[in-house]
Amino acid sequence: MSESLSHPSLSGNRGLLQAEGLIFETGSPTRTGVDLPAPKGHKDRLGGLGRRAPLDLPGLSEPETMRHYVRLSQRNYAIDLGLFPLGSCTMKHNPRLNERVARFEGFADLHPLQPIATVQGALELMDELAHWLMELTGMPAVALSPKAGAHGEFCGMLAIKAALAARGEAHSRTRVLVPSSAHGTNPATAIAAGFIVEEVPGSADGRVDLEAFRAKLGPDVAALMLTNPNTCGLFERDVKTIADLVHGAGGFFYCDGANYNAIVGLVRPGDLGVDAMHINLHKTFSTPHGGGGPGAGPTVLSAALAPFAPVPHIVQRSEGRVLVEHQEGTSAYGRLCAFHGQMGMFTRALAYMLSHGADGLRQVAEDAVLNANYLLARLKPHFNAPFAGPAGTHWPCMHEALFDDSTLRAAGVETIDLAKALLDEGYHPFTTYFPLVVHGAMLIEPTETEPKRELDRFCEVMIALGERANADPAALKAAPLLAPVRRLDETRAARTPVLRWRKPADA
Amino acid sequence: MAYFYTKDHEWARLEGQNAFCGISVYAVEQLGDVVYVELPEIGRSVKAGEAMAVVESAKAASDVYAPLSGTVIAVNTALAGKPELVNESAEGEGWFVQIQASDPAEQNALMDSDAYQALVKGL
Repeated sequence: MSESLSHPSLSGNRGLLQAEGLIFETGSPTRTGVDLPAPKGHKDRLGGLGRRAPLDLPGLSEPETMRHYVRLSQRNYAIDLGLFPLGSCTMKHNPRLNERVARFEGFADLHPLQPIATVQGALELMDELAHWLMELTGMPAVALSPKAGAHGEFCGMLAIKAALAARGEAHSRTRVLVPSSAHGTNPATAIAAGFIVEEVPGSADGRVDLEAFRAKLGPDVAALMLTNPNTCGLFERDVKTIADLVHGAGGFFYCDGANYNAIVGLVRPGDLGVDAMHINLHKTFSTPHGGGGPGAGPTVLSAALAPFAPVPHIVQRSEGRVLVEHQEGTSAYGRLCAFHGQMGMFTRALAYMLSHGADGLRQVAEDAVLNANYLLARLKPHFNAPFAGPAGTHWPCMHEALFDDSTLRAAGVETIDLAKALLDEGYHPFTTYFPLVVHGAMLIEPTETEPKRELDRFCEVMIALGERANADPAALKAAPLLAPVRRLDETRAARTPVLRWRKPADA
Repeated sequence: MAYFYTKDHEWARLEGQNAFCGISVYAVEQLGDVVYVELPEIGRSVKAGEAMAVVESAKAASDVYAPLSGTVIAVNTALAGKPELVNESAEGEGWFVQIQASDPAEQNALMDSDAYQALVKGL
């Protein structure tokens, strides 16, 4: 049944959606997109050395190449096509104004090594962005150069390490505490920065277990890495106590800012006692997932960590703004990357900030939380929401609503089946099996850019799939029927991965 | 031979001073198909409760904690090529490490099979 349904046509195409193979399979070495004349008067400068085997590059004409990539792009799903409820990713609409501004040649065509006098506008833009980030977070310093969220974490943890070294505690403070609901990048970052990670268990209401946290504190604790709002979509209500406790023990407070969208303009992390926090410009300030390109994860720093911020710093001098590598009174731990950060993301983020204004950014957070709570309220009677309170109550969430598959398991259906069934309905699935603290987690983040009509449509599909799961579990187990490919063998893909194409003869 | 269990679903089977260790059948059922196991270096000393290995399934990657303190004297190298051994025989051929226990009395702090089965039933 499955194969005939999945490929009902003679050609392998599905209606106007064209089937497409690998470029190596469609290409032929006898074809080419450009005809170049054979070089004349060519003098061999390689001592007679030459290639003996063919290059093995695919040969395609220009229209074939164009069609190859357009066909592939049609199999993609995009935020511009529909709801993208991927929890903890903030897949919001990317305003076209940002794209227009990012393409201004004065920003888009800069070379990182061109004379400083010719990039004053770009430096002013970076300075202005830094000002907005410090103002919004209530923090006195920001390092703009990190290129993504985890890179921002690394930036913050290296600043903590440098501050500890300056206190003579680099060797005595080795442990970093990470709650069980943390993003996977947090423990990975701490390890990469040379610390030992210790997990802090969660409480029954999805937050940090305060007593367990207190018990883990000691003179060897370097830092706590906490996500707030956390990955259960909940605000850590004891965050100030937690900050006081870690400071009292002589450690630093790193806050993962991946979920900053829920509180931007409403809460200043500096007021919560945060020492370092990265901000995913490409989430909170649009361009989700970096728009397929690079992201940017600037890291704001407290007064205690500011002296250790990585270089370069932008400094205003009489001749204009300059990039400074060494500054009096600071002990930067070095450079984080070759140049100064992602200009394209800086322009988009600042365009987003200026077009929304301070009041608009606050409304972004309020609407994001409202949309998530609307989803939570509509779906809670149909799915188990582990932290949303007993039936008939509504314990609010922040920017994302967390459910699990416990109402489906009796029928033998689990999270992955519901996610695959959503593909047939035209939706990118929610985040599956994360956070790990909830068995069979389904994490749904609608963001503020979805209208009520779209949320209602999604909820109705979810509710109908939940009912079908119990009435006809086989239907969900067979999904997806309509996607370009059927259910993939993820186990085999992970156990025996095929990472590159090989010529059939070599395989 | 007696098996002892931790609340984090590791098992230990003592043969004299040496303990074979792995993850329980229940843990494997929760993880689904195991696709990769990262094992410690031989000679590493571990404390009970310390993360010593990582098990990865299609769904999640999880730390595996040492059920007993001691020195790692052997690791199950077969898991590198055949992680499915963990699914097929979690408490037998799918063992992770062998620890020379520095204090075999630590096993008194672990659960016996009956106590562990009761714990799993309650989950």
